[in-house]
This record gives sequence, structure tokens and C-alpha cells, in this order.
Amino acid sequence: MELLIEIFSDYTLRTVALGTAVLGIVSGALGTYAVLRRQSLLGDAMSHAALPGVVLAFMLTGSREPLVLIIGAGIAGIIGTLFMLVITRFTRIHADSALGIILSVFFGFGLILLQVVERLGLPNRAGLNVFLFGQAATLLQRDVIIMLIISVFVLAMVALFWKEFKLLSFDRDFGSSLGFNMVWIDIIMISLLVLAIVIGLQAVGVVLMSAMIVAPAAAARQWTDNLAVMMILSAIFGAISGITGAIISSTGAGLSTGPVVVLVISSIVLISILFATKRGIVWSWYSRLRNQRILRLEAILNDMLKLAEQHEDPTHPHALVVLEAMGHMQGGVRNTLNELINRGWVVQVDSTHYSLTPAGIEEAETFLVSED
Amino acid sequence: MSASTEILLIAIVTATACALPGVFLVLRQMAMMSDAISHTVLLGIVIGFLIFNDLDSPWLIPAAALMGVITVFLVEVFVNTRLVKEDAAIGIVFPALFSIAVILISRYASGVHLDSDAVLLGQLEFSFFDRTEFFGLNLATSLVTMGVILLVNLILLLVFYKELKISTFDAGLAAALGFSPVLIHYGLMMMVSITAVGAFDAVGSILVVALMIAPAATAWLFTDRLSQMLLFSTIAAVLSAVGGFGMALFFDTNMGGSMATMCGIIFIIALLAAPNRGLIAVALRRMRQRWEFSQTMLVIHLLNHEGTDREADECRVDHLWEHLRWKPEFAEQVIRYAEDHGTVRRQRGILNLTDEGRDIAESAMVR
Amino acid sequence: MQALEVTDLTVAYQDKPVLWDIDLDVPEGILMAIVGPNGAGKTTLIKSILGLITPAAGNVLIYGKSYAAQRQIVGYVPQRGSVDWDFPTSVLDVVMMGRYGELGWFKRPSAHDRNLAFEALEKVGMQDFAQRQISQLSGGQQQRTFLARALVQDAKLYFMDEPFQGVDATTERAIIEILQNLREQGKTVIAVHHDLQTVQEYFDWVTLLNVRRIASGPVADVFNTENLRRAYGGRIAFLREEKAAGD
Repeated sequence: MELLIEIFSDYTLRTVALGTAVLGIVSGALGTYAVLRRQSLLGDAMSHAALPGVVLAFMLTGSREPLVLIIGAGIAGIIGTLFMLVITRFTRIHADSALGIILSVFFGFGLILLQVVERLGLPNRAGLNVFLFGQAATLLQRDVIIMLIISVFVLAMVALFWKEFKLLSFDRDFGSSLGFNMVWIDIIMISLLVLAIVIGLQAVGVVLMSAMIVAPAAAARQWTDNLAVMMILSAIFGAISGITGAIISSTGAGLSTGPVVVLVISSIVLISILFATKRGIVWSWYSRLRNQRILRLEAILNDMLKLAEQHEDPTHPHALVVLEAMGHMQGGVRNTLNELINRGWVVQVDSTHYSLTPAGIEEAETFLVSED
Repeated sequence: MSASTEILLIAIVTATACALPGVFLVLRQMAMMSDAISHTVLLGIVIGFLIFNDLDSPWLIPAAALMGVITVFLVEVFVNTRLVKEDAAIGIVFPALFSIAVILISRYASGVHLDSDAVLLGQLEFSFFDRTEFFGLNLATSLVTMGVILLVNLILLLVFYKELKISTFDAGLAAALGFSPVLIHYGLMMMVSITAVGAFDAVGSILVVALMIAPAATAWLFTDRLSQMLLFSTIAAVLSAVGGFGMALFFDTNMGGSMATMCGIIFIIALLAAPNRGLIAVALRRMRQRWEFSQTMLVIHLLNHEGTDREADECRVDHLWEHLRWKPEFAEQVIRYAEDHGTVRRQRGILNLTDEGRDIAESAMVR
Repeated sequence: MQALEVTDLTVAYQDKPVLWDIDLDVPEGILMAIVGPNGAGKTTLIKSILGLITPAAGNVLIYGKSYAAQRQIVGYVPQRGSVDWDFPTSVLDVVMMGRYGELGWFKRPSAHDRNLAFEALEKVGMQDFAQRQISQLSGGQQQRTFLARALVQDAKLYFMDEPFQGVDATTERAIIEILQNLREQGKTVIAVHHDLQTVQEYFDWVTLLNVRRIASGPVADVFNTENLRRAYGGRIAFLREEKAAGD
């Protein structure tokens, strides 16, 4: 609570929280497509490839203006993507190798440039190191406003191209056959992804920005089977991790924002994979157990009904040993019978005999009908 | 040995040690696994450091390599849940482990040389000062470490060459022959991890990726054969090391970054100029083949309509371009090319196949 | 008027030709199977007619005009395996994609489009599955969903890539009924087909393909042992002779 008050009263913290929330929303939203199209690692390559762009933009203009650096990062990211397309299209080298080369070579080059800047002793150079691991605390209101503008643009484009992006992600060929120029749609989507990455660089850093693309979407996918809901959830997860990470790193002992944010979002992924309804591991484990139990209940009801058919009276009591012999499972029959008694479908006549109740007969008959 | 000679030697040994397992990563489409491993070994180093409280402890390398293998294992656990695809699993696991490492460093190990620059750039320039006695020789510790790793890689390669080759090119066959793909996979990942740990110290985490992938991919532009690929990958690695060393000296910059850049430059040169598979060679061949291909199309078109009732229409010199969807001038050029090569003949405005042309058409269709 | 006229179509991947000089004339109102061995270029033929692959040469006319001009009257059912069925979307949503072409850029589907999609689902007997997530469908249901998406395109000429692939017998019957229904409405269906045994039963016309056109025409005329042998080479041996021999 104290922390909440602090956020809303502390000007710097408010700016920072707003900035990281915005970047979380945008990267979460765009990451949805990257994850669904199995291009998660493209984000990794593009964020690393952005580094030389950032430093070159600074060297050429001498300015640390975020807009300048973002443009530099964006251009470098797009060049990296083009490289990757050329390599995979015209040679037999696979996408993973192309990504690895672009990522590491661009980044290595960027590090050299960064060192050159430091050696030249240019002013404001401290601002550039931030781009490695991110320091949300360095966000100024101006930066956040630019991030906001870009974010609104990116999200508006997603809304505008909603139908086309869905087509591209699900069935590209069908989209082409309908007359949509899927190549252009792809280029627009990748450019938006680059934008989403570059606005996050200052706060999260190039090294870990890719996690902001992949993790929120991967977590969101576990909770829903609807694309729009997935995107909204992903944006929310991104925002939560962004804000939490920024606050922890602003208050903590000089922690970079990137690693903190990544740990928060990774925890969300883990929780989602374990506990998400329907898909989550714990959920499917539990529903498998429940199904098995229901199957056992059905089996015994069924057996009792069949036995009863041999007598005039459907509520004729049956010996436990007979039921155990009929049931294909060893043991557990008594437990299942107890459960049936609790449900009011079976009554215990004496210590070893059980009979169906009218409700149990009805239940068993509906099972039989649904089996046909 | 002078300082710079020794540093150059470390660079060469490191690059070579990386380039060998890199070949298999590239061929098995697992290049990005090197990115993951080279990041997460940092966590192994940090945990090792926190346990043994000594950055020079010999236990750090196995601890770090183990973390690399754990990374591979974790990615597989995620994939096996079928809840995330492999690319996303990699993209989630390694940033998380790497973040833990970075936070641990800043909380408990700040002041040690494990700062962010060391993590990303490596310390090749300073490796000269850290020395070890090795069989009576006074050598840089990195040189000894990387030398041993290179030697181990070479021995493993020689011993398991056949297994690696079969499992890389035909996993099904390998399994049928009784080589456990899982064992080979994890063996290879262990090799990558150990190499990454050693190289990590020298060139930093991300540049390890450059040394593993770029020379191997470069080599693949030159050859199909595994043995040659290993050789070419090594050559590319040595060139990158030497070039990177020169570049670092000339521009007075970091060695790791220079080596990565050099890896990239060499790859781009190969990408453009490699015989047969380089972009230039491909473009040239396409131009040459365009004529041959067009001629084949022409003779097949003629063959398909030979003796049919539409022959008079389909095979008219002045209508051909319409049927083949060519520009009239281009059609005329192709017909001349074909006439020059003796595959077609003009007779009263109709094109006829020669025996040679018919052979070409028939052999093109029987495949 | 011919529903489809293909002249001299040649397709090459890099240097390797996959389709050589194909000529096809397909009349309106028939069901036509494209058969041929693996690698014969069946899918490539459909894709190059639809402009998904740029041919090296040749010409394609649909009702006398280019594909670009006739897009609205062409429907397409891609191979079931070509998409990720774990994609987070519902059956109705997938079917609605069939309306996207008519809608054009940026426009959102309306209630009217929804109704059309629902009607198409009824035609393939999937109305109860409209809100179902597509990963929960069986192979046959996936195929019906794709078919419904094509139906909602309300085309005159349909291209289907292996519409019977991996479906159960009931679905196969249901699909063939839908195709025959389309034919009765004067529509034309061209389908890549794998099962030589059912060609005579299901289709009116057949095109035998193996890189080049082996034969094309009414099933009774061209579906015979000689043509099959030419298309499949020695691999025809495993087929039941009496079926393959035709009439």
C-alpha cells in the first residue's frame, strides 16, 4: 500500500512505471503474433541487432534524444531482418543459423562502437550503456511521451490490420488466394515488431528485451483459446511485469531493470503453465484424475445394473466379491462404492452387500444411453 | 612468448574450439541453442563462485557446463508439456536463467570482475596476466584451459565421428543402428556447454554465438562433406581470430567484438563469393541457365504438340511467344539460341524439332 | 465456356522443373480429380493456378479471364496439414475467413457474414461446433471446417488440396455429397486426390499428372491402365488391377 502511494506521489517513479507499463503492453501485444508464428527468436535477434543502430545514431548526431536512438535502432533491426531473409531465401543455411549470426555479429559490432564512443569521451555516453541491460529509472517524461505516441500508433495498426494479421498468422496461402498481398502484410507486421522492441530498449535493454516479446504471449496462450483475449492478456502480463520490474529496480540496490522484469514475467509463465485452467499441467492432471474416478463410478453402476437385470428386482443386492470380480480393477471397489453411497446412487444392505437406489438406476441408464 | 603472441594464440585456439561443435549445431538446426547455453553458463559460474568463493576454482567449468546441459533439459521439459513451441521455450528459459545470474552478481558478487562488461565482452586482453604453470611452462591460464578444451573436442570428434555424422544426417538410421539419439544429443550439448564456458571467459557470452555459428555456416557455403566442413569451419575460425586480433590492435578496440565482427565479414564475403553457392555464383548460373532452360521449355512445348491437330497453331514461329508467355523479342532470341545449338529448325514459319532437340525434351521429362 | 483453361504452364523451383508445359481444359459443372504419384506437382499445379507460386511460363484463364480478375468466383481448400491447428481461434472464426476476400482490406465481418458462416457450417454438419476451439477437432472435423470456409466463399470454381486426407469414412461420404451438391448447382470442383480406388466412384473427370500432363478428360475415357502406368511408372503394381483397369 505504501508502495502504491509512493508510485502516485513520486514523480519519477510515476513516469517510470508509466513507461514500463506502455512497453509491456506493446511488446506483449506484438509478441502474440511472434509466438503464434514460431518466430519467438526473431525478437531476440532484432533486439541485439538494434545495438549498433543505437550507438551509430548517437555517434552521427551526438544526440541522446530517444527518438533519434529509436530510429537508429529501428533501421538496424530492419537491416538485420533483411539480412536474415536474404540468407534463408538464397542459401540453404537455416533460419536458426541466420538468426544466430545476425544476433552475435551485429551485437559484437555494436559493442565495439560503444567502446569507441567511450574512448572518444563524448558527452552523455553514460546514457548508452543503459541500452545493454536497461535502466528504467533513466526514463524521462519526454521519453515516455514518445513511447506512448509510438505505442498508440503500433496498437492502432494492429487494430486496423486485425483481420489481415490473423490471416497471415493462421493461413498465409489462403490469404494470398483471397487476393491479399501477404508479403506486404508480413513486412508491416515485422516493422511493428521492430518498433515494439526498440521502444523497450532503454528500459529493459537489448540483452533481455526478447523475453518481453516471448514470455507474456506464451503465458497468455495458456489461459485462452481466443486470439483477441490472448493479446489483451499478454499485454496485461507485459504491463504487470514492466511496472513491477521498474519499481523493484528503482527502489532496490541499483539493480538493472531488464533482469528484474524478466524474472517477474518468467514467474507468470511458470504459474500459467502449471495452473492455467484447461491447459495447465495441474489442471489437466486433476481433470484426468476426475475422469478416471467418474469412469470407475460408471463402471460399477453399469455392472450393478447388468447384475440386476438377471433378477426381477433392479434393487436386488449384490455381493461385494461379485462386484470385485466383475470390475477389472483390483481393490478400490469399496472406495468407489462409498462414493456412490455418498451420491445416493447405492445403498449398503449389509456388511458385504450393496444395491442400487432408484436414483442410481436412472443414472446408470443415462450412462448406457450416452454410451450408445 | 610475447603478450600479443600469446593473446593471438588464445584467440585462435578459442575460435577453433568453438567452430568444431558449431558445425553440428548448424547442421542440426540448433544454432540458437548456443545462444541459450552461452548465456546460462553464466549462472553456473555465479553459483559455482558463491559455493566455492573463488573465481579461479577449477570447479567453475564443470558447474557452468552442467548449467548448459540443464538449460537444454529445461527447454525440452517445456516443449514436452506441449504448451509452448520450441522457439518460445528457448526464448523463455535462457533469459530467465541469465537474469537470475545478473541479479545474483549485482547482489552478492559485485566487485568481482563478473560485471556486465565482462559478461558481454570477455577479458581476452587481460588474459595474459592470469598465469598458470603447465608442464613446466609458464602460460596464460586461458591458453591452457582453451587448449585442453580444444583437445577434448578434437578427441571426441575423432572417436565419435561416425556416430555424430549418422545421427546428424539420418537420425532414423542412427537409432536403427543402435546409437541412442538422446545420448548423442546430450553429449553434443555437453561439448557445446564446456566450450561455451571456456570461450565465455575470453570473448563473452553473445560473441561465443558468433564463433560457434558463423564459421560453421561459412563452411557450409563451400562444401557438403562433413569432414571438409569441419576443416573449412576451422579455417574460417582462425581467419576470424587473426583478423579480429588485427582489427582490435588497429582500432584499439575490444577483441571479442572485433572477432565477432570479423566472423561476420568473413561470412558475408563467403555469402557473396563462395563458388556454386555464393549469391554471385547463383546469379550468374541463373543467367546462364535461363537460356538453357528456355530452350528446354521450347523443345518440350514442341514435343508436346508434335503431330497433334493444334501443331500448326502452337508451333508457329510468330505465335510461339503467346503460348509460352514470353515477350516476342525474347522468344525470337530463344529460337535463335536453339537454332544455333541445332535443336530446332524453321520450316515455312513452323518450328520443328531436330533429333537432338527431341532427345533434350525427352530426357528433361523423364526424371 | 470452360471453367478453367491452362496453357503451357511451366513451373520451376530454382533450376529444377516441377511442372512442364501443362495444358488443361476443364468444362463447367464437373468434379475433377488430379491424381499422380508423390512429387508429381499436384499441389504445385493448384498453387500456380491460384498465383501462390509464380510460374516460369504459361497462361491461366478462369471463365475466360485472369485469376486476378476472377478471384471472387474461386474458392480454395488448402491441405489440412498446412496450418497450425493449435492456433487460438474458433471454428466459426476460421469459416468467417472465407468472407475476408469479399470484405477486402480493413473491413470487419458483420452479422451478415456471421450468418453466412453459420449456414456454411450447417451444410457440412458442424453447426454444433461453431464455438469449438479448432485444436479440439478431429481430422474429419478439421476438413469439414476448411470445406465450410470454402463454401462461404460462394465460388463457382473450387480448388481443393486433398479434401479426403485423414478423414473417417462418414466424413468422406459427407464431403463427397457436398461436392456432388456443388456440381448440381453448376459449380466446378477440382481436387487433388490420392485414392485411386475411388476416382471412378467420386469424380467425372480426371487429370493424370507426373510433372507433365499424362492425360485429362472424362474418367471413362482416360482413367485406364495404360495412362496410370505412364503416370505412376512401375509403382502401379501395388494397385488392384481390376480397379485400375477401368472400363
